[in-house]
Amino acid sequence: MLAEILQSLPQVLIDGIALGAIYAVIALGYTMVYGILELINFAHGEIFMTGAFIGVAMLILMTGMGWLAAMPAVLALILVLVITSILTGFMGVGIERMAYRPLRNSPKLITLISAIGVSFLLQDLVRFITEYKRGNYILTGPSMFNEQFAIKFSSISSSFSDAFFKTSTLILIISVVIMMVALDFFVNKTKWGMAMRAVAQDRETASLMSINVNKVISLTFFIGSALGGATGVLFAVQYGTIDPYIGFILGLKAFTAAVLGGIGNIRGAMAGGIMLGLLEMFAAANLQLLTGGFFGAEYKDVFAFAILIIVLIFKPEGLFGKAVTEKV
Amino acid sequence: MSILTVSNLTKQFGGLVAVNSVDITVEKGSITAVIGPNGAGKTTFFNLITGVYQPDNGNVQLGSTSLIGKKPHDIARQGIARTFQNIRLFSNVTVLENVMTGLHKQLKAGLVGTLFQTKTVREEEKRAQEEAYHWLEYVGLAKHLNEDAKNLSYGAQRRLEIARALATKPKLLLLDEPAAGMNPRETRELTEFIHRMREDLDVTIVLIEHDMKLVMEISEQIFVLDHGVKIAEGKPAEIRNNVKVIEAYLGKSAVTPA
Repeated sequence: MLAEILQSLPQVLIDGIALGAIYAVIALGYTMVYGILELINFAHGEIFMTGAFIGVAMLILMTGMGWLAAMPAVLALILVLVITSILTGFMGVGIERMAYRPLRNSPKLITLISAIGVSFLLQDLVRFITEYKRGNYILTGPSMFNEQFAIKFSSISSSFSDAFFKTSTLILIISVVIMMVALDFFVNKTKWGMAMRAVAQDRETASLMSINVNKVISLTFFIGSALGGATGVLFAVQYGTIDPYIGFILGLKAFTAAVLGGIGNIRGAMAGGIMLGLLEMFAAANLQLLTGGFFGAEYKDVFAFAILIIVLIFKPEGLFGKAVTEKV
Repeated sequence: MSILTVSNLTKQFGGLVAVNSVDITVEKGSITAVIGPNGAGKTTFFNLITGVYQPDNGNVQLGSTSLIGKKPHDIARQGIARTFQNIRLFSNVTVLENVMTGLHKQLKAGLVGTLFQTKTVREEEKRAQEEAYHWLEYVGLAKHLNEDAKNLSYGAQRRLEIARALATKPKLLLLDEPAAGMNPRETRELTEFIHRMREDLDVTIVLIEHDMKLVMEISEQIFVLDHGVKIAEGKPAEIRNNVKVIEAYLGKSAVTPA
């Protein structure tokens, strides 16, 4: 059995990191907003989904006008990523302004309900527009970056089999790494990142230090949503087909990843995302084997969440979280 | 010349009038104390000046600018900084970075500049670090710069709060019970430090304090609040012998011998 697990390990690693990278960036959006407002922004998964639709719509449009063929695919993708992230970024700012800010001083639960409302609204809005334009709410983007590569793990040791990946996987991972490094730098080394951390710790004191709290909160939503939207595009390119409901389960898992890493902790969210992706892919590849055929790959989520529950029983603050004492 | 003019200031919380028609004028460059028994409305008074609460009535003026209706961050930009009764540092952030938050308003870096890390932005960040370090030296915490604020001793945390407030280059510095929890030696050092700040930095200081020795020694002007009402003002010697003040602190029987 161990030999078989080893055989598939290289592929599990590559697929797990690709999926985990997506979880990780979405988890960042949850964790940043939670850190600053103590609000679980349930609409964040839908921002990711909307990003995927905006991106695919642009790619389809560009294909129709012949632009996609006329310029290098990477350039087209960068263009789509930038425009999508700006659009979803402003969308996030708008959502905060309209649905959360008026409720800032009401109980947290009320804002949470508002977030769920926004989430349904976005799902149906995207579904409506897509059905209206295309007659079907499931959308398949133009095929890009589909070249397959093999890494010859078998040449290292015969106990591994070769792993395959597409160019899009490589692009996904590189983009996510760039986003994470940039965000980490921004939060830790710049004036605005400093202001974000100050607001997260004590909003009132930060404002007395001349930090404009509302501006910092808007900025947080912009960054989180821009990253989420860009990830949506990368997801669509990687997996091909999207529908308006992908944001729900993916958002839920990314939220899980944020909790796993310690909610409110940016590096924790990155690590939690990658870990969840790896666990899920490992389960998908090996569950049948491990349970003697009793559970199949479709139980991967059960496996991943069972691990999560175990981690949280022993470390309720998450893997990288600090045990927080309630502010008095 | 007066730097802070408070007139007819009133704030109600439900049925409780926390601050009731208070008039106070603070001279530029002075050290002024606001004293009064617990619950007299002293901290509420500070919160009204800094914009944390909006007053129900009355006016607060810094120099010739009215602060009514302004947000706390705008008021901080106008030049008012404060420390807190129960220390409120950014505890999971380093000592140096705590002071750097105080420099926020001086840094010109816009979001675009920050995003592209232009040369001016990078130089500005570096200057900010140097300036923050300078303030740490000023309060004697330079050797702790990379520690998390929460790991500092109590007295050092109080000094860090002052350094953070000074970094905003305030015209008016509000200290809310700076000597709370300090031993006599630390209180003496604090007294000297407050004097030194006024000499070095051209700043006006208003403090809330319960340590009467410190108050009498340091202030040029004292205002006494009781149940939200200003019951006395004057020089330390005048306040010491004021019947109303003794009554507020010790009760009526202390003034009218049985």
